[in-house]
Amino acid sequence: MRHSDFKTALTDHAAKLFLGVLFGAVIIVALLNLLVPADSALHVSSYTVTLLGKYLCYALLALALDLVWGYCGILSLGHGAFFALGGYAMGMYLMRQIGDRGVYGNPELPDFMVFLNWDQLPWYWHGFDHFGFALLMVGLVPGVLAFVFGWLAFRSRVTGVYLSIITQALTYALMLAFFRNELGFGGNNGLTDFKDILGFSLQADGTRVALLLASALALGGAFVLCRWITGTRLGRTVMAVRDAESRARFLGYRTEHYKLWVFTLSAVLAGIAGALYVPQVGIINPGEFSPLNSIELVVWVAVGGRATLYGAVIGAILVNYGKTVFTGVMPEAWLFALGGLFVAVTVFLPQGLVGLAKNLARKKKTEKDEEAHHEPA
Amino acid sequence: MSRPDSFAANLRETFRRDQVFGPLRPGTRPVSPGHLDTGGKHILYMEDVTVSFDGFKALNDLTLYIEPGELRCIIGPNGAGKSTMMDVITGKTRPDTGVCYFGQTLDLTAMSETDIATAGIGRKFQKPTVFPEHTALENLELAMAGPKGTWHALLKPVTGEQRDWMASTLDTVGLLGERDRLAGALSHGQKQWLEIAMVLMQKPELLLVDEPIAGMTRQEVERTAELLQGLAGEHSVMVVEHDMEFIRSIANTVTVLHQGSVLAEGSMQQVQNDPKVIEVYLGESSS
Repeated sequence: MRHSDFKTALTDHAAKLFLGVLFGAVIIVALLNLLVPADSALHVSSYTVTLLGKYLCYALLALALDLVWGYCGILSLGHGAFFALGGYAMGMYLMRQIGDRGVYGNPELPDFMVFLNWDQLPWYWHGFDHFGFALLMVGLVPGVLAFVFGWLAFRSRVTGVYLSIITQALTYALMLAFFRNELGFGGNNGLTDFKDILGFSLQADGTRVALLLASALALGGAFVLCRWITGTRLGRTVMAVRDAESRARFLGYRTEHYKLWVFTLSAVLAGIAGALYVPQVGIINPGEFSPLNSIELVVWVAVGGRATLYGAVIGAILVNYGKTVFTGVMPEAWLFALGGLFVAVTVFLPQGLVGLAKNLARKKKTEKDEEAHHEPA
Repeated sequence: MSRPDSFAANLRETFRRDQVFGPLRPGTRPVSPGHLDTGGKHILYMEDVTVSFDGFKALNDLTLYIEPGELRCIIGPNGAGKSTMMDVITGKTRPDTGVCYFGQTLDLTAMSETDIATAGIGRKFQKPTVFPEHTALENLELAMAGPKGTWHALLKPVTGEQRDWMASTLDTVGLLGERDRLAGALSHGQKQWLEIAMVLMQKPELLLVDEPIAGMTRQEVERTAELLQGLAGEHSVMVVEHDMEFIRSIANTVTVLHQGSVLAEGSMQQVQNDPKVIEVYLGESSS
């Protein structure tokens, strides 16, 4: 039986393939953007660079969901909340970087606070001037929320559809809260009008490519981390909890601890995805907490295929690419297409695209075997 | 025990002679939690255990003791309370009244399923419940006694010694050849054995075995009988089974349950000749 250590998770065949494709594609795009002149046919626009960066953030979010849903059987319909919280933490740092370049030119307060006639910075905004502190909060805020929420839910043995509903309620409640101006996160408009990150302009091509690379690094790192975890006894126990929780309990496992562990880690990964997403799209608003986002996320993972990790990444990128194309051609039909896709995948491809590919490969192999079997006769 | 109100009745109740454990009820004496103490005469004490579901008494003042190293067979018609009794012992069901102690110190009615499993009570379920998406070997790894914490599971791989232990346990139940097959793909009998192997990996002091031979072939049944007899002595084993022939082949002591309480207890010979038993159980099945 395999107990992967970190090194094997990094160097085995699947990891090499995944990391090779990921970094290969990202580096080619980066070079074509930076080195090829803008009038050449081979030039990749900054828009495409940012779009790809966005996809990679979604892929990281999907990976985080696959860890809890695919491996632990927790169907979270509120993972968008952790993504948005990570995004807000990064957004707060970016707001502090604006300094006196805002519309009101107030060096102390962000524009929306000046507009609300606030005369000082709320206590929870302190510290976000520092990049390191913001990074810490990117992981800590979603992580702590997931820990507390999960501790209460798993300890009370809330499972299945009930858990899905309360995760949905969680993200909805956060959305309503963040819509309020008094909460101090920019209300309806959210945080936007960012200027620069670590002193580099967010509009510059170089910064955009760097953010793309950072997203790829985060995705690659998270992929290796998840592969490592799922290959250890912890991973196998988590899967056992997914398949027969009460049996695992009778074997002496505190299943709620295992679920909490995975749920918290997943929330932190989702927060990191959100933090990388915000500087690339240039805005974070309460709409990111919308329950619809979390449901879309579930569709990505279902389309790609659960409990494979790379399936979630493929699903996220494909569905979002489809969304980009579709919303360009006939925007009003997108939600119908998404719903149809979910139904189609649930009915015809319960294992997602990865499962379909595996089945086809297996069929081919048995055919080949049969041929080989027939030949000598 | 709320019926007798008067002092004298209470006193009598407390010093009932058929109870080894009367004065040690929770509240009467602080029970030191933690380690199993098998110093007493019995390893499992169930006294006056009553469980009712919506007024139906699944267990009705059940009193039962198991000695260390004993192989005890429990029989009884459907609805006699056999499974409910196992649920009470493993913490799945809480009794309305009554005492249930494991060794001298562990109050099972106050412990979680996880704590009970860790304390040394292993259970093989009626319906074989293995982890279908894990291989046979991985199933044993999951069941293996030892620390069950998350960080331990993440950072400590299985040692060579544990690997040998798993392999030899698989060999004991004759599944070594199937070690890398998914448990879900095993035959029904193989799943039963795999589950017995899993219970063994827990190194339990007390094994609860619920209908071990359901769906087994004749050879498999013989093998299971040998296996269970081999386990007794080192472990205490409690077997619930319908198959009378099987019981006859392995049993020293048989307890007959009927309507939630003990109807008769003794050797197979005694039990079979007990007129009450013949009436409610054997009589039924032989007619």
